Amino acid sequence: MSILTRKSKRERENTLFIILMLLPAGVIMAIVTVYPLIRSFIISLLQWDLKKPELAHAFIGLKNYQYVLSDPSFWQSAKVTLLFVIGSVSINIILAIMIALMLNREFFGRNLVRMLALLPWAIPSVVNGIMWKWILNPSYGALNGLLFQLGIIDKYIVWLGTPAGALILGILADVWKEMPFIMLLILAALQTIPKDLYEAATVDGANSFKSFWHITLPLIKPTLFVALTLRTIWALKSFDLLYTLTSGGPSGGTTVIGYYTYLKTFISLNLGRGSAVAYLMTAVVAVLVILYQRALNKEVRY
Amino acid sequence: MAAFTFDQTAQKSSGRKTRGLFSNILFYIGIVVLICLVVGPFIWMFISSISPQVELSATPPHWWPQNPTLFRYRALFDKAVGANIPAGVDKFLKGLTNSLIVSTLTTLVCVVTGTMAAYVLARMNIPGKNKFMLGILSSQMLPVVVIIIPLYLMMQKMDMMDSLRGLVLLYTGFMLPTVIWIMHSYFLTLPHELEEAAMVDGCTRFEAFLKVIVPLSGPGLVAVSAFAFLSSWNEFFMALIFTGANTKTITVTVTEFSSQFGVDYGLMATGGVIGSIPPLVLAFLLQKYIVAGLTAGSVKG
Repeated sequence: MSILTRKSKRERENTLFIILMLLPAGVIMAIVTVYPLIRSFIISLLQWDLKKPELAHAFIGLKNYQYVLSDPSFWQSAKVTLLFVIGSVSINIILAIMIALMLNREFFGRNLVRMLALLPWAIPSVVNGIMWKWILNPSYGALNGLLFQLGIIDKYIVWLGTPAGALILGILADVWKEMPFIMLLILAALQTIPKDLYEAATVDGANSFKSFWHITLPLIKPTLFVALTLRTIWALKSFDLLYTLTSGGPSGGTTVIGYYTYLKTFISLNLGRGSAVAYLMTAVVAVLVILYQRALNKEVRY
Repeated sequence: MAAFTFDQTAQKSSGRKTRGLFSNILFYIGIVVLICLVVGPFIWMFISSISPQVELSATPPHWWPQNPTLFRYRALFDKAVGANIPAGVDKFLKGLTNSLIVSTLTTLVCVVTGTMAAYVLARMNIPGKNKFMLGILSSQMLPVVVIIIPLYLMMQKMDMMDSLRGLVLLYTGFMLPTVIWIMHSYFLTLPHELEEAAMVDGCTRFEAFLKVIVPLSGPGLVAVSAFAFLSSWNEFFMALIFTGANTKTITVTVTEFSSQFGVDYGLMATGGVIGSIPPLVLAFLLQKYIVAGLTAGSVKG
């Protein structure tokens, strides 16, 4: 057998190996994500209303998008989503940085704190929603009871009774669940910063704020950016928490875009319009994904 | 991408050693407040689950019940005890079993197929590999709701509505990108020489992968298994839409306590506590692997 054919035989084997190794995962992902993503776009161009089967899925171009974009409840939901995302993400990141800075030293019980920080992250989001719904219960909830006993309030408050109140408390419940994990990510980044950098800065007369601003912040910036974009995408996706905590109410005050799509699709049964909303959401997520990838690329270099 | 380091304790801390007593006291007060805020709500849910109904509706609240009871726990597991509490409680055990089956199968399928794919992506020359990895990274971000309609139509057509295998297929599809991404970054930390030596000794590439690489991948495999199990256990949206009477998972079962029984917060709290135990145990036991693995993958389900 000549060297040439032996080499090509080996190449063929390699190709076969690659294909066989990629095939199972590739097929599953193609079925579950790639194909539906394409089909979703096609459906968004059709008139597909399960309540009116006689319309038979006619092609109507961008009419579904037009309808959605002129629907006040869509814009209401977009506004709620924006407030939820901005509120949740900014509180998340700021608190996470502050706590990570505080924990970035050796102290008694450090491993315990690290472990407990995983608790909110590990429990199911629906349980998080149920838990806070009970704590915020207007008649028997722990929050009212506690604040009343401490003398901070003089009568029980219906926490989830107004759209604004429900949104703010939804954000806080979200922060409770997601912030500790982000804190652990930032803490891990803080721990890669060499100690001598700070010592050198102290010798040069820098105070702790200056050290933070000129050493810590630039060095953890890539991690922060990753955390920021990831949190934004997660917040945009959130459904479980608000489904159990507020069911999107009161009066649509917490109907984020994921919930809106769910209502349009499974309550109104209009698949075309549901898909159009979904695709508008995809566009927003796509922009965030591009930002996220840029952040990751930066982190590779650093 | 962040380095895949598991030994965090070895890393340097930037804290200064000499601190005043006063600032130390302040620091520990801060730590205690922090722990209370993180753990408090969950502890309160547990306390509520062992408080008798009368004490749950007490004003001011009983921060610790005068007559703690495990009645609800027994009721959820034993139908005979549950006879005089609302119907539907018997579904709880079924929900736990369903979640256990779905999560275990998803983890198995995900880890096996994902590790295979991650290996060739990390080691072999494949045209367009970088684009593919970028695609994998992006698909981690895909909100389920975006493709829920085609998925619904597809599940109907494949006759997989209200079936555990359908749920396993969906979960696997959604978790594979993360599993591949984490295992890919793990394989990149292993030296090439490992398999090359085995192949010189006459192993095929597949044998080298199976006998040399897989046994060395413990930390990565633990991290992705924990991630896959935890994410499947906690998943709610797809379970809500694709499960029916026989296949409801624990997350769906727990939320139905709230709608069906109106104000039975005690039972909801009990369901919430029990439903949180498997992911909590997993997270606490595998803490180091999870944080390191997810830092490397910078992701979450």
